Amino acid sequence: MEPLLSEIVAKYNYWIYVVLMMIGFYAMIGKRNLVKKLLGMNIFQTAIILFYVSIGGKRGGGIPIVDKHAAMLHGVDATTVVNPLPHVLMLTAIVVSVSVTGVALAILIRIYRKYDTLEEDEILEKIGR
Amino acid sequence: MNTPNLHLYVLAAPLLTAFAVNLLGRVSRTWIGPLVLGALTFSAGGALMTLLHVLREGAFRYTIGNWQPPLGIELVVDPLSALMLLLVSAVALLATSSALKSVAHELPGREHLFFTLYMILIAGLLGLVLTGDAFNLYVLLEITAITTYGLIAMGSGRAALSSFNYIIMGSIGACFYLLGVGYLYILTGTLNMADIAQILPGLDAPAAIATAFAFLMVGLWVKMGLFPLHVWLPNAYSQAPTGAGAMIAPLMTKVTIYLMIRVMFSIFSPDYTFLAHAGIQAGIVWAASLAIMCASGLALAQRNLRRMLTYILVAEVAYMVGGVWLANGTGITGAILHIVSDAMMTLCLFLAAAAIIYRTGSLEFDRLNGLYRRMPVTMAAFTVGAFSMIGVPPTCGFFSKWYLILGAVRAGHPEFVTALLISSLINAVLFFRIIELAYFQPASDLSRSEPQQAGEAPLLMLSPLLLSAVALVAIGLGSGPLIENIIRLAMPPGFAP
Repeated sequence: MEPLLSEIVAKYNYWIYVVLMMIGFYAMIGKRNLVKKLLGMNIFQTAIILFYVSIGGKRGGGIPIVDKHAAMLHGVDATTVVNPLPHVLMLTAIVVSVSVTGVALAILIRIYRKYDTLEEDEILEKIGR
Repeated sequence: MNTPNLHLYVLAAPLLTAFAVNLLGRVSRTWIGPLVLGALTFSAGGALMTLLHVLREGAFRYTIGNWQPPLGIELVVDPLSALMLLLVSAVALLATSSALKSVAHELPGREHLFFTLYMILIAGLLGLVLTGDAFNLYVLLEITAITTYGLIAMGSGRAALSSFNYIIMGSIGACFYLLGVGYLYILTGTLNMADIAQILPGLDAPAAIATAFAFLMVGLWVKMGLFPLHVWLPNAYSQAPTGAGAMIAPLMTKVTIYLMIRVMFSIFSPDYTFLAHAGIQAGIVWAASLAIMCASGLALAQRNLRRMLTYILVAEVAYMVGGVWLANGTGITGAILHIVSDAMMTLCLFLAAAAIIYRTGSLEFDRLNGLYRRMPVTMAAFTVGAFSMIGVPPTCGFFSKWYLILGAVRAGHPEFVTALLISSLINAVLFFRIIELAYFQPASDLSRSEPQQAGEAPLLMLSPLLLSAVALVAIGLGSGPLIENIIRLAMPPGFAP
């Protein structure tokens, strides 16, 4: 028990992302309501975004905004700032996630207008009839 | 024009046209046709010149905006990506010509919206083929996916629900890919494919590298619809508007298979992919063999032409995955040749389906009676496509299947040979059933009473269909030079056939 606990504490960011991802995955696969599936997808994507953001972190690292002149003269000590690249990548991933959500919501509106429900079982029943 | 920049114009033409189509198409519908056809003709011509340039001068890398790699994004133009560039732009050009008619027929008043998404999708596919950056690839993958979701949702009937299911599955695939890239970034600190490939062999972290590889592979397999991850594909592709289906079906899966080849050989090395985990390679060939059998079996159960074609497509995906994973030069040659020939024959069959649906409004089997009499040219082209799917010489389907089988024999995988042969037999059953219906059965009274039935589809739909049928035979007859001059150069080092 003891080594397992210290393992979890030492790598807590990975554990958080795995747990979040599994919650999202369950909602996408297991839930029968289309909006819940979509929310599950968002949780899934957020888990990956948090994973990326956490890997840029450093113990004692500051905000990666530096004085240009000082940086030109002396260079930047990489240990004093967190790695900004994963964060910037995630800006793009957030844009992707938002646009996918937008398209999905628009499609959900169309589904609702057509079938008057967002429960997958009821929709399939209406299609079957 | 400066040739080293040409591939960038190939990429930019459909992207910029997308906006022009949206703006000018609002003013007048007549602008749309010339604009999209012009842009895609330009792209196809440029892609051809790029390919000739690469064959003459050798592969080159291109940095956008002079941001040097590994920090900047670079485009890689090698024989394989130039070949794919030409394939994508040529297929897109042919499909677009047919789509112009069918979209005006199915989605009147929304053509400009349709073609905006359509052109962005083409630009995304061309970008996927060229990019040399792992994260950029994710972004382009999502650009193509989002436009595809929109295009599919424009279809009628259950299309919106199918599109939603595709969104859920597509996002899972893309997120897995992104996660794999994240692991690679933690390990190497770079996102440039060539840079990752240089750093990876020196690392001592087998578990982490294997995890990254598994995430990348599973992500792409979901995206390409490899059985049993295919559940979203038949619904989505068969309910899309016919114009969209005729382009999405041939290109999306093939480009994703190209991406799998890229990840396997450009990010990882063939040695790593095939040798690091003994048993995995054989296991995947087994899985692909089973996938071919199951998908072919499911195709037998369909009663609608387009749904049947989508299940055949799922089987074809497994052909190519299995071919690449055979881990010898012949198998990989077969897989790359099959990317080209499968794109063309899927295009041919989907264009024929589009022409039939344009005239008769239905693709149910019991409505196909007597089609040879009413649409002889369409059905002749359909027959060529069907023969290529079955693998009858001299169509290109025969030659790529030949290489796949030869590769499987050399690699010692009798199960893959068996699966290919049985799948070909099932294809023969499937297509001869349709040919029998359409050729020998007299037209039913039900369909004869409808006035719209008579005659061929308009020239704009018929000419790309005939061109694709001719291309099937031409690629088949020219497959020797094609392999000798292009595909041989595209092989990963040490895998010459």
